[in-house]
Amino acid sequence: MESIGRSVIRKDAVAKVTGAAKYTADLKTVGSLYAKLVTSPYGHARILSIDTSAAEKVNGVHKILTGKDTNILTGEEIKDRPILATDRVRYHGEPVAVVIADTLAIAKQAANLVNVSYSPLPVIRSPKEAYQQGVPLVHEHLGDYEKIAEVFPKPGTNICNHTKIRKGSMEIGWAKSTVVVETEVSFPPSDHCAMETRSVSAEILPNGQVIIHSSSQVPFTIKKMLSSIFGLNQGKITVHTPLVGGAYGGKSAIQLEFIAYLASSAIGGQKVQLINSREEDFITSPVHLGLDAKVKLGCDAEGYLQAAEITLLFDGGAYSDKAVDMSRAAATDCTGPYQVENLWCDSFCMYTNHPYATSFRGFGHPESTFAVERAIERLAEKLGMDPIEFRWKNAIRPGQTTPTQVILNESRIGNVRRCIERVRELINWEEGRRIEITPERIRAKGVSCFWKNSNIDTNAGSGAILKFNEDGTVHLNCGVIEIGTGSRTVLAQIAAQKLGIDVDQIYVEMDIDTSSTPEHYKTVASRGLWMAGRAVLAAAEDAIGQLLNVAAQVFRVSLDDLDIGKGFVFLKDNPARKLALKELVYGYVYPNGNAIGSQVIGRGSYTLRGMTFLDPKTGKGVPGPDWTVGAQAVEVEWNKRDYTYKILRAVTVIDAGTIINPKLAQGQVKGAMHMGLSFASREGFIFGPNEVVETTQFRTYKVLRYGENPDYTVDFVVTPSRETAYGLRGIGEHALIGMPAALANSLSTAAEVHLNRLPLTPELIWRMKTGGVR
Amino acid sequence: MPEKKMYNLYVNDEEASVVARPSDTLLHVLRDQLGLTGAKPGCENGDCDACTVLVDGKPIKSCLMLAIEAEGKHVKTIEGLKNTRIQKAFVENWAIQCGYCTPGFIMNGFALLNQHSNPDSETINDWLSGNLCRCMGYAEIKAAIKSVMTSDHADKSS
Ligand code: FES
Ligand code: FES
Repeated sequence: MESIGRSVIRKDAVAKVTGAAKYTADLKTVGSLYAKLVTSPYGHARILSIDTSAAEKVNGVHKILTGKDTNILTGEEIKDRPILATDRVRYHGEPVAVVIADTLAIAKQAANLVNVSYSPLPVIRSPKEAYQQGVPLVHEHLGDYEKIAEVFPKPGTNICNHTKIRKGSMEIGWAKSTVVVETEVSFPPSDHCAMETRSVSAEILPNGQVIIHSSSQVPFTIKKMLSSIFGLNQGKITVHTPLVGGAYGGKSAIQLEFIAYLASSAIGGQKVQLINSREEDFITSPVHLGLDAKVKLGCDAEGYLQAAEITLLFDGGAYSDKAVDMSRAAATDCTGPYQVENLWCDSFCMYTNHPYATSFRGFGHPESTFAVERAIERLAEKLGMDPIEFRWKNAIRPGQTTPTQVILNESRIGNVRRCIERVRELINWEEGRRIEITPERIRAKGVSCFWKNSNIDTNAGSGAILKFNEDGTVHLNCGVIEIGTGSRTVLAQIAAQKLGIDVDQIYVEMDIDTSSTPEHYKTVASRGLWMAGRAVLAAAEDAIGQLLNVAAQVFRVSLDDLDIGKGFVFLKDNPARKLALKELVYGYVYPNGNAIGSQVIGRGSYTLRGMTFLDPKTGKGVPGPDWTVGAQAVEVEWNKRDYTYKILRAVTVIDAGTIINPKLAQGQVKGAMHMGLSFASREGFIFGPNEVVETTQFRTYKVLRYGENPDYTVDFVVTPSRETAYGLRGIGEHALIGMPAALANSLSTAAEVHLNRLPLTPELIWRMKTGGVR
Repeated sequence: MPEKKMYNLYVNDEEASVVARPSDTLLHVLRDQLGLTGAKPGCENGDCDACTVLVDGKPIKSCLMLAIEAEGKHVKTIEGLKNTRIQKAFVENWAIQCGYCTPGFIMNGFALLNQHSNPDSETINDWLSGNLCRCMGYAEIKAAIKSVMTSDHADKSS
C-alpha cells in the first residue's frame, strides 16, 4: 500500500479526543513542590530592595530565590539576560524572584508577600525611539556580553544586531527607475498564545542526574544550555518533552527551565514544577516581535523592479533571545520572492523596554513581507499596473539570484509564477478588485506573495532509529516534537513507504527523551520533515541493508538479486521466492536451529549541507537549502458607515513539493492563514505608562474566535525538491507570511486609504480615513 | 490557608471522594486529585473554554466553578466519553492539531448536540465562540460538528 500522498489519520488522534493525551503539566507526581514567580510591575525600573522575610514565614514555603542567588547571564546568541533580574528590571513581567512551596496555593500566597521596591526609569517605547541618538540605553554593558560570532551588536547604542544586505548598485538601480515609492509600516509586539502555557519541572536525583520535563520545541538545546551554563556534563541531563499544546516558535526559547533547575538545586534536588499562568505566558515568557520599517522601491516604465532600499527596525524587546536571528532572517529574504538586481537593506534588532521576543511562525518573514508587499502595492498603483500582473512579472525564477546572492534552480525556488496564476483564478480576480455591493458595503480583494528559507544553524541535523519487533512491526524513534503539526505521523509514512510495509505497522511514541531519542536540532523553521525525513530514509535504507544481507545468505544470492516490498524480501526475478520480514527481523533461524543475523535496528542521520554564514559586509551567503514559495489572497466586505469588516475568503496557493499527507498539509496551511489573519486583524499589545502591558488576558487581547473565520481555500503547486525525502518541502509556517499584507491590501482597496499599520482594526481604518475626527 | 475538607463528587458515573479547600476549583480537583487531566487550563479565567466539563449535563468552565459547588452533582469529563460520534467526527474531519483545545470543544459540542439535534450555524457559533483554538482555522471543527448534527451523536454514552 502506498503511504505517500495518502491522508493517513494522525497517530495521536485517538489520544487527543479521549483525554488520554498527556502534556507537560498533566504529568503529576507525588511529592513535587511548586514554584511561583514574582514579576516586575514596571517596564523599566531600578530594584531598590527585595524583602522576602514575610513570605518566608508562610507555612509550607521551602525557599525564595532572587537575582543575587542566580547571578548568571543567559542567551543563545548574546548572553544578556539574567535568570532573575538583579539590580534592574527591563520589561513588564520580568521574573524578579521565585518562591518554592508545598503547594501552588502556598507559593502564590507567599509570592504576593515578597516586597520589592522599585524606582521607575525612563522607557524606550519603540524600535524607532531606540534607534535615536542620546536615548537611554537598555543595556549599558552590551560590549561586555559574551556572544556568538554571527551577531553584530553595537555597544553604546540599543542595536543588538545589524545585518547588511548589499547587492548590485543603488546608483544604477535608481537611475533605471522611472517610478519610485516610499512606504513606512509599523506594528507593536504581540503574542503566540499557544493554548498550553509554558510549563516545566526540574529534579536532581541523588546521583546528580538532572531530569527536566518541558513543554518545548527545543529539548536538545535545553540539555546543551543547562550543560554550558551550569557546567554539567551533557550525559547527566535528560530532558523529556511529551505532546506540546501549540508552540508557533514561542516554545523555542529557554527560560523557565533555568529557573526550575536552580529552584530544585536550591532545595536539594526535589522536584519543582513551574507553570505559567496565562498572564505570565503573555508577557513574562517571550513574545512575537514588533516592527518599524521603511521601504523605498523603484521600477522602470514596464514595471520591472530596479531598486529596493529597505530599513527594518525590529522591536526585540528587553533581551536579544532569537529576535537577533529573526532580524537577520528577515534581511536575507527582504525583497519577497521578486527579482531585484539592486538592493540595499539594513536590518536592525533593537532593544526596547518591551517583553522580549523569540521565534514566531515565519521567523521575521510575515513582518518584512508586510512592509515590502505594501510598498509593491503602491508601486503598482502609481505605475497604473494591475497588482497581480506586477507581481507575476517580477516573480523570481530559476537562474536569478536572491538578496544574499544564491543562484536559484527549480529545486531551490519552486514555481512562484504558477502560484500567482492559480491564486488569480481561485479568488476570481477578473470579477474586479473593488465592488460596491450597496452604497455602504464594499467587497474588495488583496494579494501578497511569500517565500521563506530556514535560516537555522549551518550544521543543523536530525537522526532516526527504526527498531523492529519480532512480529515485523516497527518503532520509529526520532526527535521531532509533536507540537500539533502531525510531523511524526508523516515521518511514519516516509518510513513505511521506504520499508514497503503498511503505515499501521509503524508505531511512534509521542514523548521525547533526550537520552534515548536521536537528536533533532530543534522543531522549528519548517525543517522537521525536511531534515528528519532524510534521517528516516537513511535509517530505513540501513534496515533494508541488514534485512537483505540475511536474506541473501538464506537464498544464496547476491544483494542485487533481492528487493523488498509488501512485507517481504523476495527475489527480483522470482517474487514467489520470498521471506516475510518477521522471519528476518530478529535474524533467520534454519530448520536445525542455527541462527544468522540479529535484531534489525536501522539508524540514520542527516546534516544540512552547503549552508554558509553571511558575509557581514554584503550579506552574501547561503541561509538555507531551499525556499518554499506561494501566493495568497484575501477578500473582505467592508462597511463604509461604521468601518467594520468581515473577512470573507482567504486563498493560499503554495508550492509544497510532494505532498505526503494531503489533509495534514491543508491543516498546516489553513492554521497558518488563520494565525496570520488573527494577528493582522486584531492582535498587538497595548502599552500603558512605563510600557506596562495592558492586555494580558484573552478578554482584552483578542484573537480570532470560532465563527469569525473566513472560508479557506488551499491549493498546491507541486515542484518536488531534489534534496528531500520524496521531494517534500517545508510548509509549517509559510501560509502565515502573506496574510497580513493581503488583508491590508484588500482593506486599503476597500477603504481607498493606505493602511500601513497593524492590527487592522475598524478604528485604525476610521482614523486613517478621517484623521480621527468625527 | 483554610482547612481542607473531604466531600463526594460523582465523576463519569462513579463516586469519588476528594479532599480540597473551599477555594479549590473543580478543574484543579479533577486534574490533581482524580488524575483526570483531559480538562485543560488555558486561562483559568473563563476566557478560553479549554477546561469545559459537563455538570448535570450542562457545559461548565471548570476553572470558574469551585469543586465544592459540584458536590452531589454529576460531572462528566472527556475521559467519560467513550466512542461517541463526536469524538470520531473530530478524528475523521482532521479537527485536531496540538489537541490542547480538543477536549473543551468536544465537551461543548457534545452538550450542544444533546440540546439541539440540528442546530443552525448561529446556534453553533453561540455555543462554540467561547472555545479558543490557536492551531486551526476552526473550519475542520465546524465540519466535525456538522457531520454529527443529524445523527444520534450520543451512541451509548450520554
Ligand atoms: S481555563 Fe477555563 S475558560 Fe480557560
Ligand atoms: S488544536 Fe491546538 S489549540 Fe486547537
